[in-house]
Amino acid sequence: MRKTLGMAALAAMLAGGAQAQSTADEIAKYREMIADGNPAELFEMEGESLWKTPRGPKKATLEQCDLGQGPGVVDGAFARMPRYFADTGRVQDLESRLLTCMETLQGIPASAVVDGDWNKGERKTMDALAAYVVTHSRGQKIQLDLANPQTRRMYELGKRAFHYRSGPMDFSCATCHGEDGKRIRLQDLPNLTHKEGAIAAWGSWPAYRVSNSQFWTMQHRLNDCFRQQRTAEPVFASEVTVALSVYMAATAQGGVLQTPGLKR
Amino acid sequence: MANPMRIRAAVKDGFTEVRVLMSHVMETGQRKDSSGALVPAHFITELTAKHNDKVVLSAQFGPSVSTNPYLSFKFEGGAKGDKIVVSWVDNKGDSRSDEAQIA
Ligand code: HEC
Repeated sequence: MRKTLGMAALAAMLAGGAQAQSTADEIAKYREMIADGNPAELFEMEGESLWKTPRGPKKATLEQCDLGQGPGVVDGAFARMPRYFADTGRVQDLESRLLTCMETLQGIPASAVVDGDWNKGERKTMDALAAYVVTHSRGQKIQLDLANPQTRRMYELGKRAFHYRSGPMDFSCATCHGEDGKRIRLQDLPNLTHKEGAIAAWGSWPAYRVSNSQFWTMQHRLNDCFRQQRTAEPVFASEVTVALSVYMAATAQGGVLQTPGLKR
Repeated sequence: MANPMRIRAAVKDGFTEVRVLMSHVMETGQRKDSSGALVPAHFITELTAKHNDKVVLSAQFGPSVSTNPYLSFKFEGGAKGDKIVVSWVDNKGDSRSDEAQIA
């Protein structure tokens, strides 16, 4: 009897495995089919026009925004982010740096995004701007300046945050993203502690999500994973979110960006 | 007003391949919002593609087509620099027309 049960459980496990495999394959096939029609391009187009449109109390464009490669240089900027910015004295990811530019150049307060709602108002503007910027690093190698002591510090913080268990389930990011071959429902979970998984994940965000027709920045992705962890929602562009991004990007160092990505 | 489409067209071996990304909510009219109210139907109903001034594709769309639809098709002929115009109309009478040159 015991043996039969064991066999049944084993058979069920195998069937589950096969189903997960075929789902992953089907998603990969689907992604291939619509690869040259990624709706993220619509957000990129919108972002490009927003970049060049005078907005905010100062009626200025973002064309002088310094993303680290000099004022107005968009090409290759995202491949080097997050990075340390001397003018703010902080390590910033793309979204927090865009907040700086919107505030200093256009006079749009950061609170318009930080206290906003997803897919609405200035947060929606941020989505489009991010889509525009990351498209100009597509195909480039992830190259963080890990020699910078501030970036190193954020890496250490991010690594700690990644493994820090909290919330009613006592989960950390590593609970779901620290081993190979794990999945939740039919979603494959990348192992973000290793180079391969980190490249697949960091290298394909921000992304268009087919399941809800929304464009998500990494800030949005992280926020939703804090929710999955059943822990407190992080403040938009807060230090812990930037630190986690430094940890993921540094683990993915040298990998090629496929941004913007296309997700289920 | 509706957002612009992204249109790409390229000619190869006597055939022109056209790829179009449209920005549209494509609401089915079957969905409910968070307060339980029905979201009104809003979707593209007709699409036309022209090569110079000749119609090469005419299609009827409906609520089963996804949000931000992607369409790709081929037609015989076309030369580099020729004009491709794609237009759509939706059930609310909104419309959009964009053009591109064949590469
Ligand atoms: C309870 C499990 C769980 C926890 C804890 C969790 N995540 Fe996730 N994460 C997921 C799932 C599930 C997905 C895939 C979502 C989907 O496809 O809809 C995901 C996706 C991601 C992705 C995108 C991966 C890709 O390849 O597209 C990143 C990056 C990520 N998580 C980072 C984190 C970080 C950082 C933390 C800690 C703050 C975290 N996650 C905590 C379940 C979790």
